[in-house]
Amino acid sequence: MTILKKIYQLQRRMPTLIPGILLILVIALPGSLFKPALNMDLTMLDGSRINIAPCEEFPLGTQSEGKDILTLLFIGSWVTLKIGLIAGFIGIGLGTALGLISGYFGGKTDTIISTVVDIGMTIPPLAIMILIAASVQNISITGMGVIVSVTAWMQPTRIIRAQMLSLKERNYVQLARISNVSNLEIIFREIMPNLLPFLASTFVNAVSTAILSSIGLEVLGLGPSSSMSLGSTIYFSTYYSAMWRGMWWWWLPPIVVIVLIFVALFLISLALDELGNPKLKRM
Amino acid sequence: MSWKYLCKRLLIFLVTILVAATLNFLVPRLTPQDPITAVLGAMASKGIVLSDSESVVQMYTEAFGLDQPVIVQYFKYLGNIFFRFDFGYSISYYPSKVLPIILNALPWTMGLLLIGNLVAFLIGNLLGALCAWKKTPRFFRGFIYILMPFSTIPYYVLALLLMYLLAILNPIFPISGATTAGAAGGLNWAHLQDLAIHAVLPILSVALSLIGFWALSMRGIMSTVLGEDYLTYAQARGLRSGRIFYHYGIKNAVLPQYTAFAIDLGKIMCGSVLVEILFNYPGVGYVLYNALRTADYFVMQGVIMFIIFTVALATLIMDLIYPKLDPRIQYD
Repeated sequence: MTILKKIYQLQRRMPTLIPGILLILVIALPGSLFKPALNMDLTMLDGSRINIAPCEEFPLGTQSEGKDILTLLFIGSWVTLKIGLIAGFIGIGLGTALGLISGYFGGKTDTIISTVVDIGMTIPPLAIMILIAASVQNISITGMGVIVSVTAWMQPTRIIRAQMLSLKERNYVQLARISNVSNLEIIFREIMPNLLPFLASTFVNAVSTAILSSIGLEVLGLGPSSSMSLGSTIYFSTYYSAMWRGMWWWWLPPIVVIVLIFVALFLISLALDELGNPKLKRM
Repeated sequence: MSWKYLCKRLLIFLVTILVAATLNFLVPRLTPQDPITAVLGAMASKGIVLSDSESVVQMYTEAFGLDQPVIVQYFKYLGNIFFRFDFGYSISYYPSKVLPIILNALPWTMGLLLIGNLVAFLIGNLLGALCAWKKTPRFFRGFIYILMPFSTIPYYVLALLLMYLLAILNPIFPISGATTAGAAGGLNWAHLQDLAIHAVLPILSVALSLIGFWALSMRGIMSTVLGEDYLTYAQARGLRSGRIFYHYGIKNAVLPQYTAFAIDLGKIMCGSVLVEILFNYPGVGYVLYNALRTADYFVMQGVIMFIIFTVALATLIMDLIYPKLDPRIQYD
């Protein structure tokens, strides 16, 4: 009963959080937790079942290589989310570390880190990723996450640094400093807990940016070599001109799932923004 | 604006280009093969066989000094890019050079980006401002909630949807290309009409997703500006509301939007690359796509270097112009 009550309270406080999380779970679960239940033979090349329109056996039809779209979609959604999560974790980890150091210690360290971030932000992210992805052969899913994370750490660095600059001037931090508490302890005991809401919403934004870039790369044909992500499905559908041939069941479903992923992440970040910045609610 | 700021800004610009060039040089060399063999190998694996590959290898080895130490190669590469604007040769269109290929495609990309962004910036900001304005009818203010999802949908997804709805399901606009195949060019009305009708869908996909973005942030800024004291004073003086809306509201609220525009320039440029590919629009993005498909590594490197250069230059110009737009900004 208390859990239900807690959920109810959470729902009242952040009405968009739970729908967002549920939506992400619905998209992620079939390809991750329930993967053993999927018939992976359906993702293999098979000349005997190409270009079938949706029917009882193949609910979303098959594509020109005989792969079942629904199975591809289940696997691909999880692959895409996984790439986003890996890149998001790397981005937020690196970004937090650099932002904390830069904001807390200031001086030369701060100048160097800030300049690097400034320069990095003028370079279009996709350009660098294309360069790397085109040079590496046989990219794994983890590899894809790492490539995409190349540009996912700069925004977090900036946000955490800005927060740090304001937090370190607060009275309780000053007090801790006078009481001779070590720098590490101040950062992790006094400042970190206040940063958590920002970290959460920055993380969600980093994941969403990473997914956006990973799908961009995949649409260009630079995806992981297993080629089962959502972007790769779109790439192959344009490669075989599925749209022109009226095979809507090939290109439309991945697009719908991509839109749903972004809507879900948007809902979650909306709720987390409010947690980090209660003033927004009054607007 | 002080000289010190100008120098610092120029320095950052140069360092950005240098970093980009260095990455462009280093990344391909981190793979064990030497670049030219790797390129030819990749091309062979895509089923493209060159008739005179021997001469290409030899030409490249000489022109780029691939038999010399890496550090010599590096400075030679930098010299080629910075002083001669030489990005090397295209391999699939050998002996044509990379730069002319990019420059040929550039007008298409510029047209797409300029018109798409101008339309999005004007309409988006106006919509956002109207949504924060209290005299706007209620149903119109609800309009913003329809635009919201557009700002979360990626460009290329929107492009695919538009293509399906307006080119295949209802064939109003052509599905791909920049002109009708085999159409006579020249500066006449029919040709211009042909160009325009081919550009509608690509421009629309660039513009639609940006309109939502601009409208949302403009609504936020405008509602802050509307709470300022000088606005209350303007109302108390009995100024016409149209004048207050434009001269007192929008003019002040739009300034941070210019900055946002400068920051997002890189993202905007990359987005249009994908839109061009989906619509087979013969711009820089399409050149990039073809280079990737044929493993024409030097064209790909050239395009990427070119995009980075353009974005860095545009950001530099915007940064230098901004104090002129907003006299309150002072750089030191």
